[in-house]
Amino acid sequence: MSTTASGVEAAAKPEAPAGLARRIWHNYVLRRVLRSLFVIWVVTTAMFFMLRLLPGNPVDTFIAQQIRGGSTYESAAATAANLFTFDPETPLIQQYFDYLWALLHGDLGNSLDPGTTVMEQIAASLPWTIFSVGYALLIAIGLGLLLGLVMAYRRGGFLDHSISMVGSTLHAIPNYLFAIIVVVFGGVQLGLFNVSETRGTHTAGVEPGFNFTFIADAFYHASIPVTVYVLTTFGTWALVMKASTITTLEEDYVTVARARGLSGRRIGTQYVGRNAVLPMVAQIATQGGFVFGSAIFVELILKYDGVSAELYAAVNDRDYATVQGILLIMTIVIVFANLLAEIVNSMLDPRIRESESGAVG
Amino acid sequence: MTAVVSPTVAEPALAQSTGGRADGVLRLLVRSKSGLAGLIVVVLIIGMTIFAPLFVDEHNPVHADNRWAGPSGDHWLGTDHAGKDVLKQVVLGGRTILYVGFFAAFITLAIAVVFGSLAAYYRGKLDSALLQLTDVVMTVPAVVLLAVVGAFFGLTSPTMLALLLGVITWPVLMRSIRAQVLSLKEREFVEAARLQDLGSMRIIFVEIVPNMAGYILINFIIAVTNAMYALVGLYVLGLAPLAGANWGIMIHQAWTYGAIYLPEGRAFILAPVCAIALFQLGLVMLTRALEETFNPRLSRG
Repeated sequence: MSTTASGVEAAAKPEAPAGLARRIWHNYVLRRVLRSLFVIWVVTTAMFFMLRLLPGNPVDTFIAQQIRGGSTYESAAATAANLFTFDPETPLIQQYFDYLWALLHGDLGNSLDPGTTVMEQIAASLPWTIFSVGYALLIAIGLGLLLGLVMAYRRGGFLDHSISMVGSTLHAIPNYLFAIIVVVFGGVQLGLFNVSETRGTHTAGVEPGFNFTFIADAFYHASIPVTVYVLTTFGTWALVMKASTITTLEEDYVTVARARGLSGRRIGTQYVGRNAVLPMVAQIATQGGFVFGSAIFVELILKYDGVSAELYAAVNDRDYATVQGILLIMTIVIVFANLLAEIVNSMLDPRIRESESGAVG
Repeated sequence: MTAVVSPTVAEPALAQSTGGRADGVLRLLVRSKSGLAGLIVVVLIIGMTIFAPLFVDEHNPVHADNRWAGPSGDHWLGTDHAGKDVLKQVVLGGRTILYVGFFAAFITLAIAVVFGSLAAYYRGKLDSALLQLTDVVMTVPAVVLLAVVGAFFGLTSPTMLALLLGVITWPVLMRSIRAQVLSLKEREFVEAARLQDLGSMRIIFVEIVPNMAGYILINFIIAVTNAMYALVGLYVLGLAPLAGANWGIMIHQAWTYGAIYLPEGRAFILAPVCAIALFQLGLVMLTRALEETFNPRLSRG
């Protein structure tokens, strides 16, 4: 019964032959996946050649440094080759294919830290960034959805104005400056939390594992960065949600639902909420990517040892293999986040799929 | 002859989309309290940055015996880790940041407008190629790429930093400009210009682009805030060259010298933080008010 009334549900079950719709759907996903892989390949290639070919590139700089340090060109080139994992005797194009081949096997080269591979370093740090950023996004989006919905319903009210004010003020302050303010006032001045205790991703000595002590400790250490991410982003979500809710409230099917005498709660969740969320899903990927990328600032200020902090250390140590590997992994994470958002979006709104199916991918 | 005709063709569309002339915009802006406050803050900080060097002696001597002094009559905001006056540093410290912020925003905007309108006007292969390019550039997180490139290739000049920032950050804006042009090019005045055989370049950049003036202005301000965000972040982390003194470098030094734990050092860290936060806040309030002015449907909400 309710399927005929709700716009989303009715549209999600098209009347066309199921087989055809399925094929188009699969094509859409396939096209997106191929495109994502293409983007990753382009970025990989660009990074590879940037590191080798541009004037002042790290390889030449490194060799020049070694020669200045007293070694011969041959030994300097050999050290560089070892460091950047390439064979200087082979032509560049062969090196490129070797690099891609190693990459396909998950081999990102060796770190300057003796005995560790780049992959190991990433595996140790990336989960923390994904955990803290993902956790923060979840809270910020949930909070934004709720506040945006309330703001749209109580337009012009006290709550609407105050959330708009607070949200846009916090959004205007760069998140790393906000992190500094939180540490200076919340931590040092007011003593709301222990600055040195919350540093790092988990307390030394606590064994990572699936037990309460470790999980509680991880949440405790993530609380400050997560607070910073949430407070600086929830306002944007609330404003996006408010705007799309206002548009949805004016739709005919909402008026019809009201006329049918459905309860306010039912209209709010089933009719307004579901449709108003659509524009937000598209934003999650770009916003999520931005928070993920800008985590480098927050992680360093708050000494949270995620992948960005690892990258910063690698940049300072001129550990090129690690830098290249982390950049690549970050790109892949963002590309797949985008892909996921696009697929979820097309599931929520079949119009996107249908409008694309005619065009060339 | 065409020169006489074209402005009158574009006129109604201009009035429609921007809601009147510049003085009308200003009047509407003044009506919005937060917009006016934002404008005043922005103008004051820009004015301070431009005119302070005329009144303030740039010589800021190191006093090893007067480190971390609290606020006093001689030093209103105290001194830093080297005994240098903090107030002087704050007043003079905006130049590089504002310069890079505005210059980078200008480059972002220029690339976005040219690519966006060409892609939307010509469609076809050019369009899909440019869209594919935005896909790739958008993927790499801008601040991270900037940090790596900045550190590896040793960016020493602010102009190079601004150029790089502009080259990395154009895709988002390019897509929205493209969407705008896609709808604008269906309007009658474009049809009229085509019938007059004005030439594609002229139609795009003389007829269509000026119609987005309000939209472009808003996005320029947003681009300034984004560029400043990335730039100050680089300085705070110490990834950009730490020569001279600006707000970002001040925060970096305050952070590395442990000013947060010293009550006397608090002014040294909070003064530049406040300067940047205030300027960003002013810009955001200004864009909000401008958005309401150009798009009256928003202010209703």
